[in-house]
Amino acid sequence: MKERVTLEHPKVNLEHPKVKPSKQHLTEEWVGKLYTWFCIIFLIITIFSMVYFVASRGSATFIKNGINVWEFITGTTWQPDAKPPILGALPFIFGSFSTSIMAALIAAPLGFCAAIFMTEIMPKYGRRYLQPVIELLAGIPSVVYGFVGLSVIVPFLRDTFPGQGLGLAAGALVLSIMILPTITTIATDALSALPGGLKEGAYALGATRWQTIYRIVLPTTFPALMTGVVLGISRAFGEALAVQMVIGNAPFLPRSLFDSTSTLTSVITLSMGNTVAGSAHNNALWSLALILMLMTFVFVFIVRWLERRTKV
Amino acid sequence: MKKSLLLIMTLVLSITLAACGGGNNAPANTPNNTAGTNGGTNSGTGNKPEETTDKELEGSILAVGSSAMAPLVEQAANKFMDENGKVTVLVQAGGSGTGLTQVSEGQSDIGNSDIFAQEKFKDDEAAKADELVDHQVAVVAMAAVVNPAVGVDNLTKDQLVQIFNGDMKNWSEVGGADQEIVIVNRPSSSGTRKTFESYALGAASPDLPGQIQEESSGNVKKLVSETPGAIGYLALSYLDDSVTALSYDGIEPSEDNVKSGKYPIWAYQHMYTKGEPNEIVQAFLDFMLSDEVQNNDVVELGYIPAAAMTITRDVDGNVSPK
Repeated sequence: MKERVTLEHPKVNLEHPKVKPSKQHLTEEWVGKLYTWFCIIFLIITIFSMVYFVASRGSATFIKNGINVWEFITGTTWQPDAKPPILGALPFIFGSFSTSIMAALIAAPLGFCAAIFMTEIMPKYGRRYLQPVIELLAGIPSVVYGFVGLSVIVPFLRDTFPGQGLGLAAGALVLSIMILPTITTIATDALSALPGGLKEGAYALGATRWQTIYRIVLPTTFPALMTGVVLGISRAFGEALAVQMVIGNAPFLPRSLFDSTSTLTSVITLSMGNTVAGSAHNNALWSLALILMLMTFVFVFIVRWLERRTKV
Repeated sequence: MKKSLLLIMTLVLSITLAACGGGNNAPANTPNNTAGTNGGTNSGTGNKPEETTDKELEGSILAVGSSAMAPLVEQAANKFMDENGKVTVLVQAGGSGTGLTQVSEGQSDIGNSDIFAQEKFKDDEAAKADELVDHQVAVVAMAAVVNPAVGVDNLTKDQLVQIFNGDMKNWSEVGGADQEIVIVNRPSSSGTRKTFESYALGAASPDLPGQIQEESSGNVKKLVSETPGAIGYLALSYLDDSVTALSYDGIEPSEDNVKSGKYPIWAYQHMYTKGEPNEIVQAFLDFMLSDEVQNNDVVELGYIPAAAMTITRDVDGNVSPK
């Protein structure tokens, strides 16, 4: 009779009638390992090269052209064609942060309420119909958002509020629609991952549905909801084309909510193609790109920290 | 089954890497792919050889640059591709600055520009301008344009300077409606903006807070026609009824005024190549300068044939009769 031999191979733990793994299996093992190693190394090289490229070009402004880092970050005048070039990136940093945070403030309540509706109020229809609809919003290309913003939101703002329609408010509105699906999807996943026992315990103690949602569900899933918000903010931060079409692009700090301003991404989109590689203007744009990349790292950090704090 | 899947994926990966590696010679970003497919589907029809050696032209040309020139170059390119089925000509806008930068770095074959290369490559970059060969294919005139509701149709040079410097804030100061003046400008690297500044204003206009900057002439036209109180500047080829073109110091921006030299806001449409152009690029440039394009497309689209000008202007702005 065949004996069942348990092999003590450190990597392959087969219960197999034969004595050792066949050549075919060993080959598959190695081919698979090689292939996945190759992919990972390729990925790591790509990422590191990109980071190195942006960092080296971006720091050329400070090293080669002699611009003070603090003045770059806090200066409010942007005249890269002047001699000597005056480079103050504060208007763009402020523009990026304010549009992203305002977009999150608009989209987060909407997203949370949509998620609560889909998981608590109408879970059956929510899962089947509403979620695909919201994911459809995520699939629309950003240039379409920009175009719709330019054709619909800007005239509306121009007629209702003072100013020209193009400006901070238009940018924040367009971005809030863009990040809504991100926040909603993550919030829905977080809410549906809640163990049922928590809610049932609350009901058993006599809480109403809304009391449960307000006092049990939301506080427990708060870190996960915040993860969605931060991911939405980081998407809004990196959005270039849609923002550039509606924000007006004046390289100044906005004087009001409806004033024309710029973001880090919009100024890069507007000017990058027209500058000569190696010039001060070009290096300054690379420094803005470096700031963008560093902010992405910060966002990733925050998301990881929030994920660790998730109580559920 | 798993093995063949692995093999296929490895093959796909290697092909992708090879394509990336060899892609430096081919045009990189090509949003205007409709031009390419038109050339492809028309290869059945006109296969007339363009030169005396009876060899058919084959290859691709990438022309990048001025958005003021783009309509003309695209239309001529389509005609050229109809006649030479194996040639693909891709035209991209992006601004005169982009065109000059890319042709000087070898990323495109032709750089379309509204300004002389020497105006962009100055001081320590002047050597780059020396490498470029200029081909002046047409002349484009520009006019200041306003929203039709403003009610003004003429501005003097001083008034224009005051408006673009931000010293004048309301249209009622020049006899128009009581609306705030909104400036729709181009980015500081735009050739259209540089031409307007040099010949209409006489000096660079500053970036002002509250001003709107748009990337292309098409967007400028859209914004000026929709925003009350807006003023911008456009090449004549973009003008239509949705915006009002202003006369400059009483001189109308008409073709005759430009040809005679009375209306000063115009620029040569340069097509720069790095060094002498190769065979197909030369053929395309010859085509652009041929009667067929000069007398049909150029005029049809609102440009002026270079030969029709009675004066010439050099890079420093000195005007002399031809």
